[in-house]
Amino acid sequence: MVSFKIDGQSVEGKEGANILEVALDAGIEIPHLCYNESVKPYGACRLCLVEVVKSGRSRMTTSCTYPVTEGIEVLTRTEKTLRARRMIIELILAMCPGDKLIQDMAREMGVHEVRFKKEDKDCILCGLCGRVCDEVVGAHAIQFAFRGDRKEMVPPFGEEAMNCIACGACVIVCPVDVIRMKEEGDERTILRWKRTLKMKQCKVCGNYFAPWFQLEKFKEQVKLSKDFFDVCYTCRT
Amino acid sequence: MVRLSSPQELGKYRDEILSKRNPDQSLITVCGGTGCHASGCHAVVDAFKKVLHEKASGNGIGLRVTGCHGFCERGPLVVIQPKKVFYQKVKPEDVPTIFQETVLNGKILEGLLYDHPVTGEKIISEEEVPFYQKQRRIIFGNNGNIDPTQIEDYLAVGGYQALAKALFSMKPEEIIREVKKANLRGRGGGGFPAGLKWEQCRNAPGNIKYVICNADEGDPGAYMDRSLLEGNPHSVLEGMIIGAFAIGSHEGYVYVRNEYPLAVENLGIAIRQAEEVGLLGKNILGSGFDFEVRVSRGGGAFVCGESTALMASIEGNVGEPRAKHIHTVISGLWDKPTNLNNVETWANVPVIINEGADWYGRIGTEGSKGTKIFSLVGKVNNTGLVEVPMGITLREIVYDIGGGIPDGKGFKAVQTGGPSGGCIPESMIDLPVDFDRLTEVGSMMGSGGMIVMDETTCMVDVAKYFMNFLKDESCGKCTSCREGTKRMHEILTEISEGRGKPEHIDLLEELGWVTMEASLCALGGTAPNPALSTIKYFRKEYEEHILNRRCPAKVCRALLHYRILSELCTACGRCAKVCPEKAITGIQKTKKEKGKPFEIDPVKCIQCGMCLETCKFDAVEVE
Repeated sequence: MVSFKIDGQSVEGKEGANILEVALDAGIEIPHLCYNESVKPYGACRLCLVEVVKSGRSRMTTSCTYPVTEGIEVLTRTEKTLRARRMIIELILAMCPGDKLIQDMAREMGVHEVRFKKEDKDCILCGLCGRVCDEVVGAHAIQFAFRGDRKEMVPPFGEEAMNCIACGACVIVCPVDVIRMKEEGDERTILRWKRTLKMKQCKVCGNYFAPWFQLEKFKEQVKLSKDFFDVCYTCRT
Repeated sequence: MVRLSSPQELGKYRDEILSKRNPDQSLITVCGGTGCHASGCHAVVDAFKKVLHEKASGNGIGLRVTGCHGFCERGPLVVIQPKKVFYQKVKPEDVPTIFQETVLNGKILEGLLYDHPVTGEKIISEEEVPFYQKQRRIIFGNNGNIDPTQIEDYLAVGGYQALAKALFSMKPEEIIREVKKANLRGRGGGGFPAGLKWEQCRNAPGNIKYVICNADEGDPGAYMDRSLLEGNPHSVLEGMIIGAFAIGSHEGYVYVRNEYPLAVENLGIAIRQAEEVGLLGKNILGSGFDFEVRVSRGGGAFVCGESTALMASIEGNVGEPRAKHIHTVISGLWDKPTNLNNVETWANVPVIINEGADWYGRIGTEGSKGTKIFSLVGKVNNTGLVEVPMGITLREIVYDIGGGIPDGKGFKAVQTGGPSGGCIPESMIDLPVDFDRLTEVGSMMGSGGMIVMDETTCMVDVAKYFMNFLKDESCGKCTSCREGTKRMHEILTEISEGRGKPEHIDLLEELGWVTMEASLCALGGTAPNPALSTIKYFRKEYEEHILNRRCPAKVCRALLHYRILSELCTACGRCAKVCPEKAITGIQKTKKEKGKPFEIDPVKCIQCGMCLETCKFDAVEVE
């Protein structure tokens, strides 16, 4: 275990852990958007900036990408970090003025007006959907395309995401809730990725519970018995 | 081709090459570098081939197409050996005369010589040209002497001697010590001590280690790495092999832009030839050391010059940087210890090994040793590539080497370090150029771009131009860089189009600070420089744009007002004819009538400047 201090409070983290996860475990709140414990840290939103003091020298860095080191001192609410975070949330708000979560975070950080031309994007480009799809689900259905402010999370060529298994992990992980899922009859659609798949019916209750494609993939990945998914989660438990 | 399996065989082979070459024999060398290519050296080479074929086949007169000499402004360049007669701006039609008079009869053609810009004297040899006199061409010098596609040429000038020395009379630790002692700092921009990086990589745990040559030179206007790879690829390879031996790596990559076709081609040829003679691949020179080099071609993203993005790109992933809290020397390409240096850094290595760290350390300043190649471009008489000792002043580069500003205009600023460098004003022209001093004044060494600006340059426009480049080239991963550069560009556009507000300057500074402090990689970390440095040194110009809606340099179109001076207008009517907006009216003179002076309707005028260009009587005024 590695011991260090966050805002004067002594904390311990596992070797290889990052500052943000240790802080969150210890109940110390650091704002963040692109971090999720189920995937590797990415360092895109820049909101989790902290100051790290190491051998007398202080530097500002994102806490999600910084591996914990014995004896460092982390300061999460210095004037410098708050100032930088305020500008960053203002920039995100200018990009996605309609996102409720961003509006709330901005207000909390004391940002009440946007000094830039407002755009009408909804995606904050945190990349969580794509990373979950790659690292957790293993479907690799979506990916970032283009660069700079033209950057966009899209299925290949912007068409239907043919690798998507409509599992909905991206829907759940999206911090600003802009990936929507629709279920109608025996079909599930992930609207943003233009993907519609037929669902399987539970042998017990008769409900359509998950896409065929997803269940087959999971069976194969985890080597489950052939009939494992004949019954839905609810009826099995 | 022979296969060399010991340093003695290398020496013998070199002697053999030299014995076949008569230094008194006529040799025509034509610069085949990028600049000369653009000014038509191809046609000159073809003309020489034709004349040699027709008139001199079999009499031993050689023709050699070399790498870049640097003096691109005066290309195509031709040097006739053995007297080293230097001809500039050679056209294909000059070739038969050059051949007859100079090559065969030894006469000098005055018309093709370079005139001394001050004394007007004719200069015969290249070394006497003032452009070269303050240069110290330890890296670039051989470019003009060798044909990059012939390994024999490189061996003839002493190539691969440093490798032999390193492999057979030095231990890896000694090589690292020598490079550390020479204080070689990375020429790609960061200026990180190369020896220290090598040492960290050598000491990193793991059996598989990589060395990479970063040839993803993406700065607009910079082309020194390109010219080195095109003109002397073996010097870069030799540096890499020495580095790999010191580090304990057996696999290397050169990541080169695909937009550099000649560099890709010449590098490929060099790798093949080095492998054939046993200087690359398995059991190099019989030493037992193996090292292979692969070429990885980049797709032209500026951000892929950043080391972690470059590695992601080699791996086949999107070229996005990652946080470097764990350094690439520990976990780089495919999570293995990786040592990356740029083209010019690698090319310095053989020089250090051959001449020794003490010799090398005598060139340059306290903190920055050796030389640096700059691409000197913009409003300067002698554009081209210059290699200067560190510590030379900007004035010496711009005036003594660059020959000053064309058309008698005044010097305004020089931008160093590529698009994310800063603009240094006239008041600092005596600044010695080295890594630390450039950073101190808000600019940077970068990879060595140097853009000279004269009094007709608008600094807001300059900042806008570079910010536009950077916002397009930001990979878009992190908010501060993607949104920061975009918003800075947006504000600069507002200012240059007459919609600037007094609070814009503060907002630019605040955005600049956040982008610099909060961004993930060095692209964002330096991107605000063009805006911040121009605000710092040219704040008045910003204020003129914002408060008085004036562009003092008369560049920002939306802020210009065109007016016809009635006392000078002859009512010829040309301006009205060319005006695309029909904004100019008047009564055209005829043989009988005097006509009436023309006038511009400011509401209709789109400030295109056509009237100004067309008027033969200087009757159009711009404010």
